[in-house]
Amino acid sequence: MVNHGPPIITISLAVALVTLLVLPVPGLGQEEAVVASDQCVACHSDLEVLPHDYIVEDVHMKAGLGCAGCHGGDPMSDDDEVAMSPKAGYVGAPAKKDISKFCGKCHSDIEFMRRYQPRIPTDQASQYATSVHGIRLARGDENVADCTSCHTAHGILAVKDSRSSVYALNVPATCNKCHGDAKLMSGYGIRTDQYEKYAQSVHGKALLENQDVGAPACNDCHGNHGAMPPGITSVRQVCGHCHVNNMQFFTASKMGAAFDREELHGCEECHGNHDVKRTADDMVGIGDAAVCIDCHDEGDKGYETAGKISGLLTALTTVYDQAETKREEVSRIGMDDEEIGFVLQEAHQSLIQARTLVHTFDDVKVGVQTSAGTAKAQEALDLAIEQIQEHGVRRRGFGLATIFITILVIALFLKIRQLPDS
Amino acid sequence: MPRKRQRIFGWLDERFHISPLIEFMRHKKVPVHRHTVWYYMGGVALFLFVVQVATGILLVLYYQADEEAAFESVRFLMTKVPFGWLIRSIHSWAANLMVLFVFIHMFSTFFTRAFRKPRELTWVSGFTLLALALFFGFTGYLLPWNELSFFATKVGTDIAGAVPFIGNAIKVVLRGGEDVTGATLSRFYAIHIAIIPAIFTAILVLHLLFVQRQGMHEPEYVAKLPSDKKKMISFFPNFLMRDMLLWLMVLNVLIFLAVFFPWELGHKADAFAPAPSGIKPEWFFMFMFQTLKVLPAHILFMEGEVLGILFFGLVGVAWMLVPFWEIKHRPDKRVRPMTVIGVTAILYIVVMTIWGYLE
Repeated sequence: MVNHGPPIITISLAVALVTLLVLPVPGLGQEEAVVASDQCVACHSDLEVLPHDYIVEDVHMKAGLGCAGCHGGDPMSDDDEVAMSPKAGYVGAPAKKDISKFCGKCHSDIEFMRRYQPRIPTDQASQYATSVHGIRLARGDENVADCTSCHTAHGILAVKDSRSSVYALNVPATCNKCHGDAKLMSGYGIRTDQYEKYAQSVHGKALLENQDVGAPACNDCHGNHGAMPPGITSVRQVCGHCHVNNMQFFTASKMGAAFDREELHGCEECHGNHDVKRTADDMVGIGDAAVCIDCHDEGDKGYETAGKISGLLTALTTVYDQAETKREEVSRIGMDDEEIGFVLQEAHQSLIQARTLVHTFDDVKVGVQTSAGTAKAQEALDLAIEQIQEHGVRRRGFGLATIFITILVIALFLKIRQLPDS
Repeated sequence: MPRKRQRIFGWLDERFHISPLIEFMRHKKVPVHRHTVWYYMGGVALFLFVVQVATGILLVLYYQADEEAAFESVRFLMTKVPFGWLIRSIHSWAANLMVLFVFIHMFSTFFTRAFRKPRELTWVSGFTLLALALFFGFTGYLLPWNELSFFATKVGTDIAGAVPFIGNAIKVVLRGGEDVTGATLSRFYAIHIAIIPAIFTAILVLHLLFVQRQGMHEPEYVAKLPSDKKKMISFFPNFLMRDMLLWLMVLNVLIFLAVFFPWELGHKADAFAPAPSGIKPEWFFMFMFQTLKVLPAHILFMEGEVLGILFFGLVGVAWMLVPFWEIKHRPDKRVRPMTVIGVTAILYIVVMTIWGYLE
């Protein structure tokens, strides 16, 4: 029998061809696409060690800027003389002293930057020029940090990327790369224990242990592009950026004026700098742990005020702690502790305000808050005692009810025994 | 009887003919034998129902069946209202004890074969009361509007929704919509304080009338005794006084539980919060809940859960109709089939409940 129809092989080939035309061809990955189109990458990836995945991770590559975006040249040519010809705008790798200008070419150009990030600041290069790093570099010191020291050169990640060297949690380690290097720092007479001190400070623990990115890292006090040790006049402003009330109270106080006259920093004298410890009430007063006695001696007015303020805080915290202990007892025995909790919150609020008012060094102002707080703590304590007593009343009430019911049971039992057919 | 009391009694008797009623009760006899103790279980359940009604009425004075106010109103009742904590705690404990005693009463009736002719309808009405008591518990559990009750109600109504054909309709009617919301709360409140109490009271009256009319059931071995060998006591006042003695003891236990193990309020329900871990139904639903949990997803051509629900539905109906299909014990056989069935049922309930709580 002769088959007049199209042979099966022909049909199969036709179907395959149509399928190939209709279905999308699997595309090249971003990395392969860049290598295929950018001749810089094609050659330099063989010649140089570039960060892993930098083609797909680097913030500039992601924005489509490519190597020529910074280094110039013609990335389309595979002829290195054409590709890296000055005529094609090729600038090559910048000298260290020129790096900030090299980056600033784009990062200082608001018109250009707006295309990528409308809210990005464009003063980094000018700030850098005013920083200790920038000033020293301008003088020819090539050991100082430039843009790439912190941001890296290739494989730069966005600041918000947790892998970035300048992501909030990574900033202390990034600064410590140089500032923890004793050999490097010896030439500048700068200590190298800042990181260790910071890591043990209240700020460092919040950032590094609790991963609280809102906690201050090095750049929050020293600045980043304009990094500079805070001067005598600015320490108070630096701390006051977050601790607003403390700064305002201190500045308005007699102590603030005296510190200014003596050219003392302000916050640092009592709290330290890199190793700022969690504050405690015994920092105030005339005890061994008090910082007041570092300057004030027995008999002077400051010594007397320190003692008074300490006494006021202690009075409040004593009642507060008693109330808190009783509240826990109330909760443990299953009684209502909700209202006690609310009142204690108010007492705690007063305690925080009183602690802040310590920076006025005015025992009357502190006293107003501690009195309010003590009254609230006492109210909470009374409520807690009331609940504990109520708990006892309930149990005694049960005892009485049981006695009454037992008498009834006995009476009924005797009555039943008297009944004729029992 | 002192003269004054006699005059008042005479006045009432003249109008309402109370004497024949007292005479009826005085002449009504209750058999005394080694199983007499089970006669008191129904009385205890009845006493706890009265406690529920009394404390429930007091709770209604403060409770607000509103999504925003329910939890706060119970909290207010427990913390600010004098003895509010006691009333609420007694209501919760008495509810649980009532279900427990209804179960005990039912099984004692089952094992003493008290459901046999002529008491078939007493059994059916009693079983209906048990079902209503469980529904009482289910609807009352949601009312404080706390986290556990909210999610337990979600799970419970979801299970009802899995009933073939009519499940979704039941779920929507129960919830007052697609989800557990404030509408469910007001619906459950109405069911808990008006609809079930009305039906429950009517059936309870009927149940008590049956008991009074037919008298106490005598176990087979007592019934066979000649009348001079049977020991009897009068229902009034002898049996009733013994009943009251037990009620007083139960009342004391109830107050003890309420004072030393006050019923917790927990946290307010939040529909948007994730379900807390360890959501469990009330203990009397645990054996069914655990069964549904451990059943495989599919059994033959049916969903495991649906099969479980159908199983419990059928077993429930069969249990209610026990007097009509009882397998009679053949004297030549050692094993009593109904005893085996009863013991199996109790073992199943106990084991599954314990398993549920251990998980």
